[in-house]
Amino acid sequence: MELNPVEIRLLRRFRKMYMVTAFLVSLAMTAVLLLTVFNLPAFGKAGNPAENEVIGRYIEKGLEETGAVNIVAAVILDYRAFDTLGETLVLFTALVAVLMLLKDEAGVFNRRYRERSKFEPEKDQIFRSVAGMLIPCLLVFSIYIIVNGHLSAGGGFAGGAILGATLVLYNIAYGLEKARGFINEKNFLRFITAALLFYSVVKGYSFFTGGNHLPSVIPLGFPGSIFSGGLILPLNITVGIVVACVVYGAFCLFNRGGL
Amino acid sequence: MAFAHNIPFISIMMTILAGVISLLTGKDKAARICLGTLTAVALLSALLFAYLWQTGTSFTFSMGHFPAPWGNELQAGLFEALMALTFTVVMILSLVAGRERVVADIAPARQGLYYLLCSLLTCSLLALVYTNDIFTAYVFVEINTLAACGIVAAKDTGETVTATIRYLIMSLLGSGLILIAISLLYAITGHLLMNDLLGSMTELAASGDYAMPCMVIMLFLAIGLAIKSALFPFHTWLPAAHGSATAASSAILSGVVLKGYIILLLKIFYRVFGLSFAHDLRVADLLFVFGLLGMIMGSIFAVREKNLKRMLAYSSVAQVGYIFMGIGLSTAIGMVAACFHILAHAITKPLLFLAADGLMDVSGHSKNIFNMQGAGRRNILAGIAFTVGALSMIGIPMFSGFVSKFYFVQGSFQNPDKMLATLIVLALSTVLNAMYYLPVLVTLYLGNDENSPYRHRKSANSRNYKKAMVAFILLNFILGMFYEPVIKALEQGLLML
Repeated sequence: MELNPVEIRLLRRFRKMYMVTAFLVSLAMTAVLLLTVFNLPAFGKAGNPAENEVIGRYIEKGLEETGAVNIVAAVILDYRAFDTLGETLVLFTALVAVLMLLKDEAGVFNRRYRERSKFEPEKDQIFRSVAGMLIPCLLVFSIYIIVNGHLSAGGGFAGGAILGATLVLYNIAYGLEKARGFINEKNFLRFITAALLFYSVVKGYSFFTGGNHLPSVIPLGFPGSIFSGGLILPLNITVGIVVACVVYGAFCLFNRGGL
Repeated sequence: MAFAHNIPFISIMMTILAGVISLLTGKDKAARICLGTLTAVALLSALLFAYLWQTGTSFTFSMGHFPAPWGNELQAGLFEALMALTFTVVMILSLVAGRERVVADIAPARQGLYYLLCSLLTCSLLALVYTNDIFTAYVFVEINTLAACGIVAAKDTGETVTATIRYLIMSLLGSGLILIAISLLYAITGHLLMNDLLGSMTELAASGDYAMPCMVIMLFLAIGLAIKSALFPFHTWLPAAHGSATAASSAILSGVVLKGYIILLLKIFYRVFGLSFAHDLRVADLLFVFGLLGMIMGSIFAVREKNLKRMLAYSSVAQVGYIFMGIGLSTAIGMVAACFHILAHAITKPLLFLAADGLMDVSGHSKNIFNMQGAGRRNILAGIAFTVGALSMIGIPMFSGFVSKFYFVQGSFQNPDKMLATLIVLALSTVLNAMYYLPVLVTLYLGNDENSPYRHRKSANSRNYKKAMVAFILLNFILGMFYEPVIKALEQGLLML
């Protein structure tokens, strides 16, 4: 579209005004937020409003009530498991939206991609060797973080992100065709659906019994052993699967529109 | 414990399961799963409403084995049940009536995912309506945002993609403000559960501590939610998103998605700050002014618009202005009027969008009003539906829009300071509404289509479309004529909040 000089001048002026306004708004926002922070209770001081009966019970009775050594895991996957179901669904929704927008049904992008094979890291021997050494360690590490989530720092979100990143590394180092050998679109969708179904059904049972004041049959186990913490371990695994799938799926879809 | 107490939990879990399972099924199955689940949820919500109407109480349901301040909790009263019922019914009717357009507009491979996102959207709306915990509300606001962007982008044209990017950025800005506000709220109270927050906030209001953070929190929450529900100065994303999406998406977005955030704001007013503290913080006055501006400016934009769908979208900006004006009046009747207008707009605007789709169908899919000369004669049902919707939005007696205007006027009498401004703007806005709806009606019915290439085009709408439209029209009449029980339910429901 051709613009006449007057329009161009107006457009330039608008852009200048826009920058100035944006700068002023950001400045005002920063000032307001800083002022607010100075008016908040000091960080970590004893007797702050946040130090109340809610936190007290998490810390004092968390181990006894949930069987999990890691209080954070106890809070996010037992006390407030509904919020975490929501968080997991946020990731799922984002993945579905990306899948819908970027999935290359016609395979146009894929064909073009294959022609220009310089994107496939065929000849990068150094990268591939290093990745080959790293990937097994990363896999073990991520699984450790996921399954040890109720015993030490970590859990499904952290471990899942590492697992997803490991898969991405594998994909970059060895190419999509090799990666498809163990994770293709079909089993990818199955993994993520099964994980979310498991979370909603199993935790749904727990919500239902809790809401109706019925006893739950899930044993808490001995705190500190690997099979303890009731549902926290299986839920950590499902969250880990969902997070890993979302990280890997988003990478593949943005990279070339398909898994 | 009665079975009815489980209904909020069952509704939310059913929609989640429906959404997750749809990932593995084909497109037709996904649509059936979505509609079947929504129908079941609508029936359950009706049951819940009847149960609460009879017992006259509200109840809480703890999600898990730990009671409220430690675990999550849902709460349901008459207000929540009525909103959940309306939202699901509007979702069902919009999806049924917009089915053909979805098939035409959206690539086959995407249709299954489209219905999946619709299920998740319903799940997030239900959770927003029922939740008793402000952090849970935030999580489901996020799901709502992403799913809403997804159903706009599903129709893959340059226009929708640009609109989605704009919608996503504005919406995430709103989410950011809400998240900052929630973390500040937690820092000064140590609570996330609404009941406990109300207790702490009442204490803070009495002692005057943390006055500045309280102000900032209320402001951020109000502006964040106002961006998402397209209150006037923050409405810039709405016309493109609602005007370019497929008919069912436009109907859902304007009918229910905007309203979910307003309901959260109402809950924050009633159950986090308490009405008197919220009033003292003057945020209600701010919303009142923005609401009034929106009522005028939305209509002025709509008058200038020649694209029918964008015109309807600007009309939504004006109608959201009405709702915020009612909230800003901070009188009991004003609140009831705002809630009634949520319902009235939720059943009217989808009707208009879907009718516009039927009219565009017989006019060569042009959105321009000038190409629709005589379209109301060619597609009789869509014409009638559009007329009903337009008359309701103008505020003609017997239609739902009239009732809300009537109560807005009554609400303004209770607040002498704001009465004059409200009455003047209401009158002006009604005139402006008539100024853009009546010319469209004239074009639709009296327009000369002798020279139009589409003059012999007959409507090819399916029976489902017709049934859904008739249901919408009937709902409009029911809400317009037998409004007293609804008003009563809203009054009682707001007291239970």
